Amino acid sequence: MSELIADAKMVQLNKQIERSEKSSTAVFGFWVYLMTDCVLFASLFAVFSVLRNNTYGGPSGAQLFSLPYVLIETLALLSSSFTCGLALLSAQRRHKKQTLLWLGVTFALGLTFLGLEITEFHKFVTMGDSWHRSGFLSSYFTLVGTHGAHITIGLLWMAVMGVFIYKRGLGPLALKRLRMLSLFWHFLDVVWIFIFTIVYLFGALHV
Amino acid sequence: MNKAKKRLGLAIFIIAFLVAWGVYLSRVSIPVLQPKGPVADKEFRLLLLIFGLLCAVAIPVFILLAYTLWRYREDNPRRGSYVPEWAHSRWLEGTWWAIPAILIAIVSIITWNATYALNPYKPLDPKRPALTIQVVSMDWKWLFIYPKQHIASVNLVEFPLHEQIHFYLTSDAPMNSFWVPQLAGQIYTMAGMQTQLYMAADITGNFVGRSANISGVGFASMQFTAKSVSSREFNSWVDKVRMYSPKLSILAYRQLERPSSYVPPHYYSYPAKNLFGLIIDKYMLPSAHGVVI
Amino acid sequence: MISTFASFLLGKLSLNQLPNNPITAGGAIILVLIPLAAVIFISVTRRWKWLYREWLTTQDPKKIGKMYIIVAVLMGLRGLSDVILIRLQQALSVGHAHGIISASMFQQVVSAHGTIMIFFVAMGLMFGVINMIVPLQIGARDVAFPFLNATSFWLFVAGMVLINVSLVIGDFAATGWLAYPPLSELKYSPTVGVDYWIWSLEIAGVGSLLAGVNFIVTILKKRVKGMKMMLMPLFSWSVLGSMFLVVFAFPILTVTLTLLAFDRTFGMHFFTAGHGGNMMMYVNLIWAWGHPEVYILVLPAFGVYSEVVATYARKKLFGYTSMVWAIWAIVILSFIVWLHHFFTMGAGSDVNAFFGIMTMIIAVPTGVKLFNWLFTLYRGKINMKTPVLWFIAFVVVFTIGGMAGVIMAVPPLDFQLHNSLFLIAHFHMMIVSGVLFGYFAAITYWFPKFFGFKLNERLGRYAFWSWLIGFLLAFVPLYILGFMGATRRLDHYSASLGWQPLFIAAGVGVVFIICGVVLQFMQLGVSIWQRNSNRAGRDPWDGRTLEWSLPTPPPSFNFARLPIVTKRDSFWYDKQAQFTDSRPYEPITIPKNSPLSMVIACGAFFLGFAFVWHIWWLAVVGLLVVIVTIIWRSMDEHTEYELDADEVMRIDRALTPKEAGL
Repeated sequence: MSELIADAKMVQLNKQIERSEKSSTAVFGFWVYLMTDCVLFASLFAVFSVLRNNTYGGPSGAQLFSLPYVLIETLALLSSSFTCGLALLSAQRRHKKQTLLWLGVTFALGLTFLGLEITEFHKFVTMGDSWHRSGFLSSYFTLVGTHGAHITIGLLWMAVMGVFIYKRGLGPLALKRLRMLSLFWHFLDVVWIFIFTIVYLFGALHV
Repeated sequence: MNKAKKRLGLAIFIIAFLVAWGVYLSRVSIPVLQPKGPVADKEFRLLLLIFGLLCAVAIPVFILLAYTLWRYREDNPRRGSYVPEWAHSRWLEGTWWAIPAILIAIVSIITWNATYALNPYKPLDPKRPALTIQVVSMDWKWLFIYPKQHIASVNLVEFPLHEQIHFYLTSDAPMNSFWVPQLAGQIYTMAGMQTQLYMAADITGNFVGRSANISGVGFASMQFTAKSVSSREFNSWVDKVRMYSPKLSILAYRQLERPSSYVPPHYYSYPAKNLFGLIIDKYMLPSAHGVVI
Repeated sequence: MISTFASFLLGKLSLNQLPNNPITAGGAIILVLIPLAAVIFISVTRRWKWLYREWLTTQDPKKIGKMYIIVAVLMGLRGLSDVILIRLQQALSVGHAHGIISASMFQQVVSAHGTIMIFFVAMGLMFGVINMIVPLQIGARDVAFPFLNATSFWLFVAGMVLINVSLVIGDFAATGWLAYPPLSELKYSPTVGVDYWIWSLEIAGVGSLLAGVNFIVTILKKRVKGMKMMLMPLFSWSVLGSMFLVVFAFPILTVTLTLLAFDRTFGMHFFTAGHGGNMMMYVNLIWAWGHPEVYILVLPAFGVYSEVVATYARKKLFGYTSMVWAIWAIVILSFIVWLHHFFTMGAGSDVNAFFGIMTMIIAVPTGVKLFNWLFTLYRGKINMKTPVLWFIAFVVVFTIGGMAGVIMAVPPLDFQLHNSLFLIAHFHMMIVSGVLFGYFAAITYWFPKFFGFKLNERLGRYAFWSWLIGFLLAFVPLYILGFMGATRRLDHYSASLGWQPLFIAAGVGVVFIICGVVLQFMQLGVSIWQRNSNRAGRDPWDGRTLEWSLPTPPPSFNFARLPIVTKRDSFWYDKQAQFTDSRPYEPITIPKNSPLSMVIACGAFFLGFAFVWHIWWLAVVGLLVVIVTIIWRSMDEHTEYELDADEVMRIDRALTPKEAGL
């Protein structure tokens, strides 16, 4: 009878393996999800490329975009990616305060980016160049806006993460989620670099 | 005995059933299989060729399936030997990667050539002049504009026998697909865009044409007649239409543009200048917006 | 003042939106009565608690799979009633007669038929079977993300409910099942029909996407130790291929639907005629999803056939490696053929020829699979049970349909056959034989594993023959009608065309199909009735894969002890070696039930409904429900409980002796 029940040590060991497997499974799953997001953005980029010259008498990218402004946005986001990395590093060293601090900085930078983007959108809309104006503007607002929506979700996640770490410390669950959050944030950074190049740079430079 | 009788009865029933359908089908028109123009004719021949090639592979497969099922079914007293571990044979597997690959390679070469040969934008005979007809799919009728002849018609397109016709097509409505199965294959009509199609007829007569793409509630009525006549008859028809039909001014076009279904054929003379171009521009240029609306 | 308030509260919704003709009203009443009857039944029999605990909140993929199949079957009946209307209309609406329904309603019915059959029947059956079988086949106790899995299911249900609500309130898209713009734009479709179409697919589509992620991770990460990729059963391989397609294709659908929704809701210009929109871009995008979608549905059914053929031939699957390569060839090729759906748009010959040839190349791996199945049967000992019959019907019908497919892949031939009933016959032959028959075979094959008794063989045979005869009778005339110039979605045609007898013949075919469906339900009923004389043990078909090693029905954790896998069809060889497992039991962690998946789906439903009717406060509420629930769930660190080793052993022992006699 008793030989049919595994001994406690063995069970403990297997449990540990199982837990670490679960965590790596979750992170792998998140990678797969990011791949789907990648396809989503790729489709939006394709749509933008098809419609970028369809201004239908409305303004073109060159007339609308101000590169210095976008550069500031870009810098805010890029540095937030860096501080997000710092947050993860601190978390891996189990420095709770430092983690929260860097998360806070990342959040602030992300919020700045979002604020800048919304201001830019608002400016275009009040100038009468809103998404109804042309196929080009529809695709511009949608592509950049989808990225913005992702940033918003990321910020929300970051806030929840902050509360979570503050209340419950840096357990394995928090670490796993932080790893996924930072993946997400870096991913959005990469997407933004494409947006910056394809939408703003090529747009402003008439490429 | 009883079983054999039943089987015989079933066989007779099936044969009678098929014969009855054969008789019926031989008496109705099957446009795709009875082409009356050079384009549709080439397409039909191509269909026969491809179908034959496919059958050459499919029929042996069916025979193999039937044989295998009969030979190896459990309750067959003369069942072939059972070899449960036989699951790999490089030679056999190589064969059936190769057979479909060869078939498809052959069909691909045919396809490549045929696609170029039957490109709808390609004149049937580049040396001979073509009759230009502009086609507009509307809610829910077809407008045919003859720019050189200065006439237009609705739901009827008339043209001389043997002459190649060069259609330019667009839409002032949702997307439609222009199709006269006995003369040539389809091409889409799309707002703000222009597609082209060449066709010709080998005999005189009326051919059914229709839209093959759903375009709204009156879609089923997007049917028209393609009428092939002698060139003398065509010329007199043109003259008659130009003399006696109302003008297709912008205003008349706006009237026509209102959605309507099951519109009987009727004619116009002197369509507004560059009407076809204006209809395309209306979707492409903000400045043209409102001119033809 | 009051009217602004009302429009704030209700958006575009008003009493006028209720059904105003007898057929829709009848449908709506049925749709309201069925759930009502269910609610009353559950209340009277006091089963709410049971329903909630055992089903609605479950995280067990076996139960979720069953629920998928139940929903898919119900939706199949709805899709079938659409078929009846379509066939009646096309048989009757000739010349001066205008049939039984209006043109607009006919077009709605046609669109609903396609949408429902693909998204809620085929997808539902597929995910149902995948949920039930994949974890068992790969020796896993669960999927990778059980909560996500339940959420996928409930999103599928939310989409399903939304599409059915359209029958009661408002209308449905009258645009065909893929809603090509500009017809589907606000200018030409001003009612909410297209919005219902968009949002129900959007919600169900997100569910499918998440399920795709889940099963990729499950198959790649949760296989039992020892089961290397090339030892996996072929069904699991097919599912992996299919789920890769889901992950790459469904985001495109999400984008496409969203952009169309933005056009309609916010006045954007992605696909509009004019204002710089590009309608052909929609057609490209929707088929960049749509073509892979066909293979998403077909691949798992191919996997089912591989299992069925090997099991009933009592023989190893022939050419395993070829089969795996064929799957991946299909996966890759299916992404570079989408343009064959619109050769007629006027692209250049080079583009058309390229896509035509790519399309034909798919026939090569498909042909290889066919030959491998045939040679699995060859030198086997074929047990002619109904799943094998479905397989035979599949081979015949799929080959004929496939030939039609190669014909239409030749662009100049497509010019003559595109959008005609020839096309309709072609893809029904592909999807019904390649998907539906496959899942019929799957259900018959795996039914005893989950319910402990077999389905009645004789009635299964009758159903099969009704289906096959009906199916051929319903679709062979459509090939001919296509040659006769009949196009799809016609609510009326003139008598002189000579089409009517063929339409009537097709209608007779549908009558046979209905008989087949009735027989299938009888089969289920009779089998339940006679279940005691029909008991099946663990392994009624002398199976080859791991699911047959489990007790019937399998416990919630599937494997009391994880199986040992060293080769393909390990279980088959274990049986021959008379292997008995004497390893010790270990504790098992099991996910706790959770109602939150359902709550998220409710939020998504209201979000969709709000977007359809422009009820913006409700959209905000729906969105908040979704977000807050996700955050709430993420705060819960105790989502699992542990079954200790004694308990596992007790359950396993209790399950084993019961079947000793069988």
